[in-house]
Amino acid sequence: METQQQLDDFQARIDAGEKIEPKDWMPERYREQIIRMGSQHAHSEIVGMLPEGNWISRAPSLKRKLVLLAKVQDEAGHGLYLYSAIETLGVRRSELIDQYLYGNAKYSSIFNYPTLSYADVCVIGWLVDGAAIVNQTKLAHSSYGPYARANLRICKEESFHKKQGYEMVAKLAEGTPAQRKMVQSAVDRFWWPTLMMFGPNDSNSPNSAELLKWQVKLNTNDELRQHFVDRVVMEAEAVGLTLPDPDLKFNDETGHWEFGEIPWDEFWDVVKGNGVMNRERMKSRRKAHEDGAWVREAAQAYARKKNLSREKAS
Amino acid sequence: MNTTKELTVKESKIAYLLRLADDRLILGQRMSEWCGHGPVLEEDLALANMALDLIGHASSLYAYAAEVEDEGRDEDHFAYFRDDYEFTNLQLCELPKGDFAFTIARQFLFSSFSYFQYQQLKEAKDEQFAGMIDKHFKEIKYHLRHSRDWVLKLGDGTDESKERMQEAFDELWMYTGELFYIDGVDEMMLADGNGADLLSFKEEWKKLVEDTLKEATLNVPDWDQFMMTGSRTGMHTEHLGHMLAQMQFLRRSHPDADWK
Ligand SMILES: [Fe+2]
Ligand SMILES: [Fe+2]
Ligand SMILES: [Fe+2]
Repeated sequence: METQQQLDDFQARIDAGEKIEPKDWMPERYREQIIRMGSQHAHSEIVGMLPEGNWISRAPSLKRKLVLLAKVQDEAGHGLYLYSAIETLGVRRSELIDQYLYGNAKYSSIFNYPTLSYADVCVIGWLVDGAAIVNQTKLAHSSYGPYARANLRICKEESFHKKQGYEMVAKLAEGTPAQRKMVQSAVDRFWWPTLMMFGPNDSNSPNSAELLKWQVKLNTNDELRQHFVDRVVMEAEAVGLTLPDPDLKFNDETGHWEFGEIPWDEFWDVVKGNGVMNRERMKSRRKAHEDGAWVREAAQAYARKKNLSREKAS
Repeated sequence: MNTTKELTVKESKIAYLLRLADDRLILGQRMSEWCGHGPVLEEDLALANMALDLIGHASSLYAYAAEVEDEGRDEDHFAYFRDDYEFTNLQLCELPKGDFAFTIARQFLFSSFSYFQYQQLKEAKDEQFAGMIDKHFKEIKYHLRHSRDWVLKLGDGTDESKERMQEAFDELWMYTGELFYIDGVDEMMLADGNGADLLSFKEEWKKLVEDTLKEATLNVPDWDQFMMTGSRTGMHTEHLGHMLAQMQFLRRSHPDADWK
């Protein structure tokens, strides 16, 4: 049973800016929230390999092929750091994976959109990794130590992804007419889904209060979204791309860019599984997992045999 | 190529570099198909890593071929603007990725061969070439270790993994003969001090492969069975064309665009 004294002491530690470590006492609900949020983040990194991985075989130069492959590989690494961070709470990676492949654990909806041209992967680097950085830079200060440290490590690589993505977007934007068309189409399709990555409006975000109180999260969804928009508007302008929002305008008083109404119906549709690629993404991930079962079993069987013969020898 | 006319040293050198590069690009392209679909997360990372190494090696070999050729072309020319019959990679490298056992068996056969080949090439007279090979050699050693470890694990794992591993080697065996194909290009490069003497390590390579298969409790297929030939002079399976169609389409659709 959690006593009020324990809860108060825990909150005092959080308020004092202390990091919570795996062996420390924590409310059960805190543990659940870290597992939920952290594993959702990990699943997103892994599913996120698919839309960009879709263009590795078709990348238009050897250099671009190497850059893209390295980027997608980094995302696998991010998944690994995050699963390891969450495993410190006594859950196994295999359980977490089962929860999203066969249960109802979520991953970021942005990855349920298709990549229709090579420019899409460049725009993903710029916008989607850009949005991820805004989130993860904050999460690097999250109260749970292992999760904060995993995010710190991830941020360094995400910044690099964003930089490469933006450079390529800039190049396409000043390229041939076909390249310009390609990149504008990608921006048109990814703009609103990227804004949705920050989650529902604060008034509509049931977990937020608790996450903020415990400093698992440090900013609200709307704060982070605004921060992102303010930055990206300038970046789009700098390369002559148009963001598909006629209501976008600078507010002199607040010093922020105001933007139009996010299509939330679409957001909830995709969350519920009705995006263009939801079914395909899950099918691919399940197939990889199931096709790999015999490999994982063999590795375990081999390790057991080796341990056994080592024991006999000693 | 080997029958119609004598090649100059320069032409032989370009052909030699392209053979090395084609092997690596085509195998790397196949390997990259695993990205996001590996059997376990750690292996997703490892396979992508090998694909990155292979394509990276290919890219620097192509760039060097372009430099030797001196006609103002670059590495992408060789990768994107040649057709099936102009590629000189081993058929071994172009076969579809198959299951994880097939991928591992092929990587082991290729990496073990490359290990001996590069051990000689890193002593080449041409310092720029030797330096490049020496850098890649470190990564080849890792590929060999990694693929060999998996041959042992899968061969001596479960009944199913053993069966899959055996099947993979049985299927791949007839593509190993070509590893030791030699023609005028090899002879000229060897005479020039910039080639590997393939026959000098053939027995050692076979022994490494046999020892590994035995340790993995697998049968060694018959070395004297029918072996495929022809890829070094442009003969390929039909798999290559489909791979190239996918790999090259975007680049070829916009010949005037800059993608670097
Ligand atoms: Fe990531
Ligand atoms: Fe991320
Ligand atoms: Fe990223």
